[in-house]
Amino acid sequence: MSDFSIIGKATAMVDAAEKTTGGGKYTDDLSVPGMLVGKILHSPYPHARIRRIDSSRAEKLDGVVAVVVGKDAPNPYGILPVGHDEHALALDKVRYVGDNVACVVAVSEAVAEKALELVDIEYEVLPAYFDPEESMKAHTDLIHDNKPGNLEKDYHHVFGDPDKGFAEADHIAEARFIANEVTHAAMEPHSTLASFELDPHTGKLGRLTVWSSTQVPYYLQHKLSLVLEMPMAQIRVIKPLVGGGFGGKSEVIPLEIIAAVAARKAQAPVKITYTREEVFWAHRGRPRTIIDLKTGISNDGAITAVKARVVQDGGAYCSYGVVTILYSGALLGALYDIPNIQYDGYRVLTNKPACGAMRGHGTVNVRFAFESQLDELAAKIGMDPAQIRQRNLLKPPCITVNGLRVQSYGLPECIEKTVERSGWKERRGKLPKGRGLGIACSHYVSGAANSIIRSDMPHSTVNIKIDRDGGVVVYTGASEIGQGSDTMTAQIAAEVLGCSLPRVRVIAADTDLTPIDIGSYSSRVTFMAGNATLRAAQEVKKRIAAAAAKKMNCAAEDLVFRDDLVFKRGSVPPVAKDQAEEVEVTQAGASVSGRVEGQILRGSLQQKRKEEDPKDWMTFEEGVVAAIDFHGALTGTGSYAPPPDARGGKHKGGGVGPSPAYSYSAQVAEVSVDEDTGEVTVHKVWAAHDCGRALNPVAVEGQIIGSVWMGMAQALTEEMIWNDGMLMNAGMLEYRSPSAVESPEVEPIIVESIDPEGPFGAKECSEGSLAATIPAISNAIYDAVGVRLHESPFTPERVLAALRAKKNAKSLNLTEGVDPTCPLRFREHGGSLCFKGKGPKRHALDPARRDVSSMIGGAD
Amino acid sequence: MKKELVELRINGRRHELAVEPSALLLDVLRQDLGLTGSKRGCDESSCGACTVLLGGVAMMSCTLLAASCEGQEITTIEGVSQHGSLAAIQKAYGDWGGAQCGYCTPGFIMTVKSLLAENRDPSEGDVRAALSSNLCRCTGYSQMYEAIRAAIAAEAHEAASPK
Repeated sequence: MSDFSIIGKATAMVDAAEKTTGGGKYTDDLSVPGMLVGKILHSPYPHARIRRIDSSRAEKLDGVVAVVVGKDAPNPYGILPVGHDEHALALDKVRYVGDNVACVVAVSEAVAEKALELVDIEYEVLPAYFDPEESMKAHTDLIHDNKPGNLEKDYHHVFGDPDKGFAEADHIAEARFIANEVTHAAMEPHSTLASFELDPHTGKLGRLTVWSSTQVPYYLQHKLSLVLEMPMAQIRVIKPLVGGGFGGKSEVIPLEIIAAVAARKAQAPVKITYTREEVFWAHRGRPRTIIDLKTGISNDGAITAVKARVVQDGGAYCSYGVVTILYSGALLGALYDIPNIQYDGYRVLTNKPACGAMRGHGTVNVRFAFESQLDELAAKIGMDPAQIRQRNLLKPPCITVNGLRVQSYGLPECIEKTVERSGWKERRGKLPKGRGLGIACSHYVSGAANSIIRSDMPHSTVNIKIDRDGGVVVYTGASEIGQGSDTMTAQIAAEVLGCSLPRVRVIAADTDLTPIDIGSYSSRVTFMAGNATLRAAQEVKKRIAAAAAKKMNCAAEDLVFRDDLVFKRGSVPPVAKDQAEEVEVTQAGASVSGRVEGQILRGSLQQKRKEEDPKDWMTFEEGVVAAIDFHGALTGTGSYAPPPDARGGKHKGGGVGPSPAYSYSAQVAEVSVDEDTGEVTVHKVWAAHDCGRALNPVAVEGQIIGSVWMGMAQALTEEMIWNDGMLMNAGMLEYRSPSAVESPEVEPIIVESIDPEGPFGAKECSEGSLAATIPAISNAIYDAVGVRLHESPFTPERVLAALRAKKNAKSLNLTEGVDPTCPLRFREHGGSLCFKGKGPKRHALDPARRDVSSMIGGAD
Repeated sequence: MKKELVELRINGRRHELAVEPSALLLDVLRQDLGLTGSKRGCDESSCGACTVLLGGVAMMSCTLLAASCEGQEITTIEGVSQHGSLAAIQKAYGDWGGAQCGYCTPGFIMTVKSLLAENRDPSEGDVRAALSSNLCRCTGYSQMYEAIRAAIAAEAHEAASPK
């Protein structure tokens, strides 16, 4: 029997009703009196110098309050301290189609859009770079002057002795894999509302409040402070409900800074909400990655060495790039026992929107390559693909060759369970023609052991306050973005305090109220904010226990907190007859009748209980009252910082990849391939995930399914299609996010390895599963039709090409003769290329653009 | 453009409003009436976050002219929970993990309402086909099917039990 009363049980999210009734507020749902609307003018060129900006005509338009340009906020910023290469609005150069040039603040969206067309900008167009390998050869017209060869960063790591490892190998596979670019496309477009207060002492603009759709309120506060030259204490960042992030809101997105700068210039509250197209340009997704991978194995299936050269097409700014390229190398380790690793990673700048962090940050594309190659090697030696993975397991606790500490390791059980549930052994190879099974594994960090801003600051801090009537308020900076952060926090607090869930109220992600938490990214919240909550609750509990013990004449250690009661260990709380009814209600929880528990024992009853003594038990509120009477107030604080021995090796770049704990995943995908059309259908995915302990099983399953689904989307349909730096499919349908009809059944299988350091043993569950899905599908395609796909997504064109190549047939060029500047299918769709006045002009040859420019240039 | 007076019936209440002829229903709901439960996800009828019921039929309000909805009963997500308690589908979406970030949820619930009004016992294929008008990026849709099944069962149970 589990010894828990709250955790481990399927629990509806504490904010579920807000979401299902439409009552909850996301940033774009907010408005404040006098609020104006901001619209951003984007660059139509991928690479150009700005010669002149003349906004005078726009400013004269009735209803326009201000036009903001680069020089209004010239300080550079960027999410990484090493990558401060962005400006709120372009200062001298634009670096991608969609780069931010000016912002019009007006009374309405319609006026602002009209004004955008009146901002006159003279550009000097520069040569642009779209392919990372071409970009690296550049000597002139660099994207950033301080980055020779347009190289953001490169790393060269050698662990063990790769040459010796390859010499010892019986079989070596070597291939180039390409994973094309994908983006988060969270359902909520980014939105920011910025408002200044007037300072009563100076009479000028004073404190700034920003409501924003962000995963990282604290970093936003920090970057706003840099750009606006205001102390952080003068800036309050509030995160309302966030409609999905997946990493796309895990750094400071241009509109967040622009809104604040615009509010300062307009001297009025300003809200900016991206259109869906702008969301695609803001991007920060997973970069197109070219992976040259070489793996050696011995005849018994043991991996002897791995060599990877990874080139990432990072886009025009650093963003999280340095971290991404490091994750790609570091996370070659910690899944299997690999004795020798060589890694060469190149993060390259190109004239496209910046790539950043996306679910499974850095690991996904390399994992696709690695797991595909491992499958190929297993076939070579005639080994079952599941078995070759079992052959290369780590033996934890251990430290991998690249310095990653692994403690809990549920991978063996994950493989075992997926194999069993999917009928792998019985069904594989016996399915009808064109149908196949594939297996793959993956892992991910439960938070980064080193914060991106190096300091000794705890990564999470949580405060708890308990009121006299037993209401528990938890203050946490952790950001709920739909993953269940607030619910997890409430569950942990309630479990430790032995009180019922409805007593706990979570106040989250408001920098004025909540202590610092570095945000919701790298799957760190359950592990780190969860541990901080656990510690804060334990501190408060200790105070209650001390006071209660005094009243009950026993040692504090002998008290048990459970079901809204505090009682001596071993004693069954004797429920007196006249109190039976009340206590029953207390124990039943508030869910049934809507009666708020904690209000039950009061007045005369409480007085009566006070006079009785000694007793074996008291209610939670009685304990709280005793503690408040004793201490004067009842608060507690807890914080979490990863332990020093989990922080990784000392090599350059060794700070990225280490985590206090890793999650593990194994998946089997069943697919069928239509050999005539090349269309791949995923029928079912069995996904086992080791999340340490499942604090809320329904949420854990939701995260596993969601990750697998997103991986499936990257594997089959999603891809950002570029033409000369212009995104050709900036719309939800054109981007081909799968609908319910295209989505397979996913069977989530929870594996609990109980991590020694996780809160109640929990680890991450929101990202690790994604990476296994892509190779599981590609391996299943091989099983089905015998072709290895080396480029994702596995579109019908690519599958068909591979099938034809296998038969030595001539390849078909399905896109030959299509004019990329005017693709018929987008026009027909009525999609995003047919726009007017929204966002940048698409292309010099776009007829709509020519009309507008001649109109503006001519008349005056 | 000069505004015109229109009369909209929304969630059983009558609203007289001056709107531009080009005003979209979604903007009128969100900006003029403060009914922000209907969400804007794309502007082009591809995501379904703005779905409302127009005379009982699920429609995307981001591409509907407000003025064209005169004389029809409009139901938004705010009109789904009645008498201060969650409707079965709302409760089920919460319990079964049908909503994660929740941004697409109001649209999905309106679509499901419209589906269940037509077909009280839809097959999984019917549900998938109906939900395909809406996009979700969090859930992979699976837990929504469970929620919908649970809501159907809860409603059947309620209908069967004596008042």
